[in-house]
Amino acid sequence: MADPISQFEIKNLVKIAEIGGSEIHFTNSALFMAITVVGIWALLVGGTSARALIPGRLQSIAELSYEFVANTIQSTAGKEGMRFFPLVFTLFMFILVANMIGLVPGTFTVTSHIVVTASLALLVFFTVIFYGLYKHGLGFFRLFVPHGIPIYILPLIVFIEVLSFLSRPISHSVRLFANMLAGHITLKVFAGFVTLLGGLGIAGVIGAALPLILVVALTALELLVAFLQAYVFAILTCIYLNDAIHPGH
Amino acid sequence: MADDARKDGMDGDRSAEDAALSARLQRLGERLGRQGQDRKAEPAAGSQSDPSAIARGFRLSTELVAGVLVGAFIGWALDRWLGSAPWGMFFFLMLGFAAGVVNVMRAAGISKGPGR
Repeated sequence: MADPISQFEIKNLVKIAEIGGSEIHFTNSALFMAITVVGIWALLVGGTSARALIPGRLQSIAELSYEFVANTIQSTAGKEGMRFFPLVFTLFMFILVANMIGLVPGTFTVTSHIVVTASLALLVFFTVIFYGLYKHGLGFFRLFVPHGIPIYILPLIVFIEVLSFLSRPISHSVRLFANMLAGHITLKVFAGFVTLLGGLGIAGVIGAALPLILVVALTALELLVAFLQAYVFAILTCIYLNDAIHPGH
Repeated sequence: MADDARKDGMDGDRSAEDAALSARLQRLGERLGRQGQDRKAEPAAGSQSDPSAIARGFRLSTELVAGVLVGAFIGWALDRWLGSAPWGMFFFLMLGFAAGVVNVMRAAGISKGPGR
């Protein structure tokens, strides 16, 4: 039985360069990121190439994903949020397709590594800070000073608001990473039970039916989680960007 | 003559009714317009309008932990830097917990976003 952690192992595939004594490799993670990007590209370019008035299947998927993300942005960050549409759409599609590819047995799940999700979350975090400072100058810091707070507890509230702001990239990245990690480990453990019990003769084969059913059910759940996590990541990105667009009201 | 008078009366009634009706219509239109604006303004206001409850549930899971972790880390770093152990950790762990609770309240939609 393969241990449930080995599916997350980074393997070096091709050595690219050596910089300052550390080797730079093209890893399986990088390979699956590339597959994800090519997959998205094929879906969107292939889907929109026909430009039919009555969309085919691929075109429907491309149009639906556009409309879904556009609606999400407009309902959370308003019309002005649409200038961040490329960022949010890229994040959503990358995470969604990476999660979906990761569900295929034998593949590598890019989003199950915190270094990947933290990079994406920090990208959003710094985009919020830089755009907020660029757009509003020091007025951006009104974000940390709520209205209508008595002056004697204001310092405490400001501390709490700053800590709350700093905790955003952590919860943003850990949520996606932990859900993917836990889901894949659970799947692997239950699938391992099937093979273990199956090796115990007739009674074992009958007993193996239960974990097999569970694996099927869990796969369905993981499909839902794969979509929802991409959606949650996108909607949180919108909410955070909304703070950068309109701080302090 | 009598006919004319009746006609006049009816005309007067009708025009009064028309005026009342148009005034009511106008009031209704204004009210509807105001509500429409409210409805349009509401989604732009922020985190209140998550369409999916499951998505909101997923948000709750890590918000509290993240706040506490950030507070603990800042406290630990300050203590190391200033040698003020255990007071930095004590103070910032409490603040971090408060920030975590604020995060959860915001994610659950009980409290509104920062600065609002």
